[in-house]
Amino acid sequence: MTGPRTTGYARDVAVVAFAQSDHLRRTDELSEVEMVMPVLHEVLAATGLKAGEIGFTCSGSSDYLAGRAFSFTMTLDGVGAWPPISESHVEMDGAWALYEAWVKIQTGDADTALVYAYGKSSPGSVRDVLTRQLDPYYLAPLWPDSVALAALQAQALIDAGETDEPGLAAIAARSRADAGANPHAQLRGAVPHGDYQVRPLRTGDCPPVGDGVAAVVLAAGDLARQLCRRPAWITGIDHRIEAHGLGLRDLTDSPSTRTAAEHAGLFDAPVDTAELHAPFSSQEVVLRTALRLGDGVTINPSGGALAANPMMAAGLIRIGEAAARIHRGASDRAVAHATSGPCLQQNLVAVLEGDRA
Amino acid sequence: MTAASPPEVLRAPLVVEFPFTRSLGPVQSAFLTGLREGVVLGVQASDGRVVVPPVEYDPVTSEEIRDLVEVATTGTVTTWAWNDRPRPNQPLDTPFAWALVRLDGADTALLHALDAPGPDAVRTGMRVRIRWAAERTGAITDIACFEPCDATTAPQSLPAPHDGIFREAVTGIVAEARLDYVYSPGRAQTGYINALSERRTVGERCPSCHKVYVPPRGACPTCGVATTDRVEVGPAGTVTTFCIVNIKAANLDIEVPYVYAHIALDGAGLALHGRIGGIPYDQVRMGLRVEPVWTEGGRYPDHYRPTGEPDAEYDAYKELI
Ligand SMILES: [Zn+2]
Repeated sequence: MTGPRTTGYARDVAVVAFAQSDHLRRTDELSEVEMVMPVLHEVLAATGLKAGEIGFTCSGSSDYLAGRAFSFTMTLDGVGAWPPISESHVEMDGAWALYEAWVKIQTGDADTALVYAYGKSSPGSVRDVLTRQLDPYYLAPLWPDSVALAALQAQALIDAGETDEPGLAAIAARSRADAGANPHAQLRGAVPHGDYQVRPLRTGDCPPVGDGVAAVVLAAGDLARQLCRRPAWITGIDHRIEAHGLGLRDLTDSPSTRTAAEHAGLFDAPVDTAELHAPFSSQEVVLRTALRLGDGVTINPSGGALAANPMMAAGLIRIGEAAARIHRGASDRAVAHATSGPCLQQNLVAVLEGDRA
Repeated sequence: MTAASPPEVLRAPLVVEFPFTRSLGPVQSAFLTGLREGVVLGVQASDGRVVVPPVEYDPVTSEEIRDLVEVATTGTVTTWAWNDRPRPNQPLDTPFAWALVRLDGADTALLHALDAPGPDAVRTGMRVRIRWAAERTGAITDIACFEPCDATTAPQSLPAPHDGIFREAVTGIVAEARLDYVYSPGRAQTGYINALSERRTVGERCPSCHKVYVPPRGACPTCGVATTDRVEVGPAGTVTTFCIVNIKAANLDIEVPYVYAHIALDGAGLALHGRIGGIPYDQVRMGLRVEPVWTEGGRYPDHYRPTGEPDAEYDAYKELI
């Protein structure tokens, strides 16, 4: 057995466990901690670690989804936060919480990390809620919702000849069909493509709105090998952001994704699997080009965000799903991508590899 | 002790409103004041591009940029999306297109609404002009929307340098927002609230460390496991610590000074907080035995008053302070 490809990082760090909830349209009967806790227990049980043995805990979520300040503190009860633990939070997708945890392990301050993320979109109207993350001077007063902004990007792609409406429908159909094998997905199998939501995007081009949780455990070096039969080594990880003005950007391209991928070493060798955080079918078109994914790459075998898009967890799930395929030997080298903000504004790329026999 | 009953979902409207007051830098101030005056300003980036709406820092070099130029009120659609069902607060309440518009003289596009009869009347590359709002205050909504326009060519004189100086410059905006939610408290807190409606206080016991949490949140923060066994506590309890409040709160009809205390209800593993009444404020003490006082129609105890029992020994509550 050989180790992971040389990373150039101070320490070899791997995803050693992944768990997620079933993603549901509503979870009214559950508070945040009641929703999160079973997933935390499941991911810890997979490693045999107890909550108190984790070196660093980091979570991702957004108060705007629940409409309550510091809502993430509620979930800390579920990680056993007394006596005090080393803990942090990002007000964005859990993929960025994973990045922070990875940095923490690189510094040598921790050997293991628990990363979790959750989103409870059901209490509010997520299309309207997400307008509050936009530029407050020029955009937020107009309340352009998340579907509208994605539709502008989709039309730009159609005008540029990068795709067309049947092409988008095919991405949606493939995603939901693949989700048939994913027991956690919210939309599975043949789903009607439906009417225009904001033209050119139809219902089928848009992600379901739902509630859900995901968690991973990271571990360094030999400890990762003890905790997991085939660790998913993070051989590269990077995230980049683009100008916030939508009119400043070429919406048909994602230079931030490409730059992150270069820095993560994605282009150094082929990948067999890509888990892309593309909440809208049109965004897969952009990402596929930016990441130079050929026809031989299996894209979103989990069904992707079109099958389940729990806000703030869907990006972490992409890393978890890619890692899980490496754990079970279905992939040797995979790329996971997470996004945040309108029209793929911020992008994170992680390259995961399993030890070769 | 009883097992938790099946969830009976409570729901209540939850409204979040926030009127953020935001100040504007020199560039945004000039732009928004210009809109009030019917003038559209952009800013020149280091590579010569004219950025509209203007930004304060160069998107490529991150250098501060200040050179303002005036651009036209006509422009070209660079991409669009047809919005059949306008949502609350959006610029038009009839179906419209969202559009990115590159104003003549600008090199970047501005997002706004485009008023058109239907999707067949909209295409990328079409010519549009600003329709100004009837009343203008210095905000992006001073542009009511765009509308189709016949002019096929851009004015030749633009972009033109502009000093950005207007009488009574707008220096800030108030960003009003309201979001409507439906709040559900979850299983554990639903049980607590339902019990309160019967003037009972219930907590939940941790199956691992056996501590009883009141109010229950569904998890033990020490063990990180679900608390599932419901336990009735109180009604009486012990003051574990307290403070004397001397400042009258707005909208609160309580005379000062009054005492706010931590109260460990009998059987509870941690203290909750409440006001102490029925005793002069300067006679409240640690160890005082108290009981809840409910007012007519009250959904939680209005305050706690002395039971008349002897004070609790310090050792009996010191772990709960
Ligand atoms: Zn406990």
